[in-house]
Amino acid sequence: MVLFDESYKALQDRLHSKDLSVTELIDEVYENIEKIDGSIHAFLTLNEEVAHEQARALDAESGQAHKALFGLPVGVKDNIVTKGLKTTAASQILANFEPLYDATVVERIQDQQGIVIGKLNMDEFAMGSSNENSSFYTTRNPWDLNRVPGGSSGGSAAAVAARMVPFSLGSDTGGSIRQPAAFCGVVGMKPTYGRVSRSGLIAFASSLDQIGPLTTTVENNAHLLQAICGVDPQDSTSAAIDVPDFTKALTGEVRGLRIAVPKEYLDEGISEGVSLAVKKAIAQLESLGAFVEEVSLPHSKYAVATYYLLASSEASANLARFDGVRYGMRIEADNLVDMYKQTRSEGFGAEVKRRIMLGTFMLSSGYHDAYYQKAQKVRTLIKRDFEKIFENFDVVIGPTTHTTAFKLREKIDNPLAMYANDILTIPVNLAGLPAISVPCGLAEGLPVGLQIIGKPFDEATVYRTAHAYEQTVNFKLAPSLEGVNA
Amino acid sequence: MTEISKEQIKYIAHLARLNFTEEVEAFAKDLGDIIDFAGQLNELDTEDIEETTHVLDMTNVLREDVVHDALDREQALKNAPAQQDGQVKVPKVIGD
Repeated sequence: MVLFDESYKALQDRLHSKDLSVTELIDEVYENIEKIDGSIHAFLTLNEEVAHEQARALDAESGQAHKALFGLPVGVKDNIVTKGLKTTAASQILANFEPLYDATVVERIQDQQGIVIGKLNMDEFAMGSSNENSSFYTTRNPWDLNRVPGGSSGGSAAAVAARMVPFSLGSDTGGSIRQPAAFCGVVGMKPTYGRVSRSGLIAFASSLDQIGPLTTTVENNAHLLQAICGVDPQDSTSAAIDVPDFTKALTGEVRGLRIAVPKEYLDEGISEGVSLAVKKAIAQLESLGAFVEEVSLPHSKYAVATYYLLASSEASANLARFDGVRYGMRIEADNLVDMYKQTRSEGFGAEVKRRIMLGTFMLSSGYHDAYYQKAQKVRTLIKRDFEKIFENFDVVIGPTTHTTAFKLREKIDNPLAMYANDILTIPVNLAGLPAISVPCGLAEGLPVGLQIIGKPFDEATVYRTAHAYEQTVNFKLAPSLEGVNA
Repeated sequence: MTEISKEQIKYIAHLARLNFTEEVEAFAKDLGDIIDFAGQLNELDTEDIEETTHVLDMTNVLREDVVHDALDREQALKNAPAQQDGQVKVPKVIGD
């Protein structure tokens, strides 16, 4: 059984030498999914027929140079459109929706000969931190089936953690890649805003959303990011900036690296187990020759409120297109406005409606200046806090989350408590910076994530730091999958 | 303690094209709580601070006004819940 613990290179060596055929690999992937996804519920839709066709085609090719993602199985979060393959954003309003085109990131995966295995579960329209807002079912954390995998890219994190696929794509607006990566013990990277095209990503908050990879190792993560990033004429917010070779950054060298640790990130709100693991990780980096200093990000405490105002406002605009007219669910009525209202009321879940209401309120006349505009100004202050730190430091480090994965239903009845989960990840999206979560140990048997934040477009230094740390501790964290039908 | 009135909720629901149901009416409390929470932003003096509408230093990214491949009519209608004569069909518009 191919467990996807090795580097993609080891897997591809076997494929290139024909020790393993792509068809055999894809067969094994689907057999494994059938055995264990009944307990994890990471996937919403599988792409079996097309994946097998693509595998056969790759096996039939001979003599051609193989592209970067040759034969590699990739899971894709279900808010990224795939042509002819059902894409739902985990919402009833798109329950049977088949896109007419592939997202740019999907096109790039296919150009590089990667294989899309299926679509992964998520919180509806990416709104949530536990995967409990999916309108279909809740994905379980492979480390403890009574706990959440995190969200909104819960399926993406769980599928990789359970070794069903070695690569997945998630999206991150306020922490939706990094938080589930931390809860599930995998590597999750949110690139700099503009690094990866958003064309084909069902938009939640357009000034915050980014697509990024989830993997078991930093090297695998850099490899997938390399394949999908770069300016895209279809996305006018994608940056026309060169893409360096991220894998060249994986030198193992961090001597002289200047690490800033914000005191606000290690305050009393952090659980003891998380605090211990993170402090140990920072000490580890110090022993490798990095310089560590405590700093302050004074506007940190305003980040959650700023984010919820801005993200909800942008979401209320982005979700206006789901009206039953051109695609998706439609509830017929005898007039247009009632058709809109019935369709949207039935098609959207509670959290989505709550955020649309909040955003609409914030943008309505009489409130726009006091709330929305104010939040945009505070966003500038938060961004400046980071700019100041980066004048003298290379990376900012702290925990990804306050606690390890919480139990199912523990936070679902209190929206504000759920929102507070994202307090350590949100500032990064507001400032548009790149950030990774890398496993840094266990606390009471559950994974803890270390967050490394970099300067704009400096994914290379983020990867270098994460990789050096990972190689030194060599954890090889994987859930035992006890209690999963195997 | 911010209280959102029933009238306000009704108005916002209409703007958002959502039915004013019990569930939506119950949002009044959540909205009130979140707005209170957001009130902390008023602790900050932002008089001379510019808004960040976009984190990158980019404006007006344009392309040449040249026709590209586009979806044909059949494809464009493929997902429409109701259609007639090559057009999307919707219920009639009434009143304002």
